[in-house]
Amino acid sequence: MIGVIDYGAGNLHSVRKALDYLGLANSVIRAAGETAACDRLLLPGVGHFASAMERLQASAMAPVLQEWLAADRPFLGICLGMQLLFSASAEAPGVKGFGFFAGHARPYACRPRLQIGWNLVHAARPSAIWPNTASEYHYYVNGYHAVPADRNIVAAVSDYGGEFAAAVQCGRVWGVQFHPEKSAACGLDLLRRWGAS
Amino acid sequence: MIAIRIIPCLDVDCGRVVKGVAFKDLREVGDPVKMARCYYQQGADELALLDIGATFRSRETMVDIVERVSREIFIPLTVGGGLRTVEDIQRLLRAGADKVSLGSAALADPQLLARAAARFGSQCVVLSIDAGLDNGAWRVYSHGGRRETGWDAVAWARRGEELGAGEILLNSIDRDGSGQGYDLDLLRGVSAAVAIPVIASGGAGSLEQLAPAVLQGGAHAILLASLLHDGKQTVPEIKTFLREQGVICR
Repeated sequence: MIGVIDYGAGNLHSVRKALDYLGLANSVIRAAGETAACDRLLLPGVGHFASAMERLQASAMAPVLQEWLAADRPFLGICLGMQLLFSASAEAPGVKGFGFFAGHARPYACRPRLQIGWNLVHAARPSAIWPNTASEYHYYVNGYHAVPADRNIVAAVSDYGGEFAAAVQCGRVWGVQFHPEKSAACGLDLLRRWGAS
Repeated sequence: MIAIRIIPCLDVDCGRVVKGVAFKDLREVGDPVKMARCYYQQGADELALLDIGATFRSRETMVDIVERVSREIFIPLTVGGGLRTVEDIQRLLRAGADKVSLGSAALADPQLLARAAARFGSQCVVLSIDAGLDNGAWRVYSHGGRRETGWDAVAWARRGEELGAGEILLNSIDRDGSGQGYDLDLLRGVSAAVAIPVIASGGAGSLEQLAPAVLQGGAHAILLASLLHDGKQTVPEIKTFLREQGVICR
């Protein structure tokens, strides 16, 4: 069972529709204590770094997620859900992220400031969700991107006014900056492989 | 590098796609869900559903269509037509839309853009501008091009960006349905004035007219209706042609 974490923002419905389409059992997680039946967690994206962290703290989900990540249990953060895995974000100075990965999110330097559209994702190394290191298009909607302190966690890169981390991975914890649930066949394949990994 | 998006646009009235529709590979012509599926399978980068019915019944039907389309189509979905309040927007986003396009409602109440952006994020808010040339200046029109608003198109695009729009859907009412090609000066004027993506709409009657919208007009995406619906071109044919002209496509 995949637990899809609801923090009031997020593109929860899109992600669930993709999982349903793939036949991957999933349920919405709104509070701590609801994760018991889950063997993987998915933190969807879209929203503001500060309000997302605030809501995750308020619902007491934050410590549950911390524990989950520390135990190296299967996890996928999408877009903002990936950025929240880092220490901080320029979007919300002073607000702490989960700090599972060292580094912070930064705005793009180029125009348009929001990256909206399909961009090539180059897998840096073979992994559970990218068995081969092919390049494929995924759909992005983001104004900030994570800058990992440790280059070794970068699983894939894209270029938007310079190279940035498209995906990060450590053990069974994954973060992707793009939206696989909106990335047609490539995105669905990725979610399917993550669900089976 | 971001690929240029090809966005098929379905004009829907009470649950049926209207405008000259002649599809080769579809038995039931005019069903928005089937047409959406067909374009998705062809490799469309995004899909736009516009409710042109503007009646209560047509709007209710749209929520249901969005719900059904988003269950099986995994590309961004932009929905527009008749949206006036943050609650209207929320209903469609809940149903499965990723973005909403606001036109006349934003002209009547520009702060709607700010409220929508604050609530759902700029990435959800597409400002739709119908522009026409009048005495050498591009003016903005509302109500499907029937009412002149007094806004200059470039100034309104800038104001929309300031208020929080994440993209501009720019339609030339002079060229719409003409097949004469895009109004490249208008596109260039607006795309140079804002730092958000501009979607070109209105005027494309042949493949040759598409690349200039990007290469000369500065468009980030191309909204297409009749060129696709007439069945003359498919999405892959359009992309192959654009690539040959040096336009990056997925």
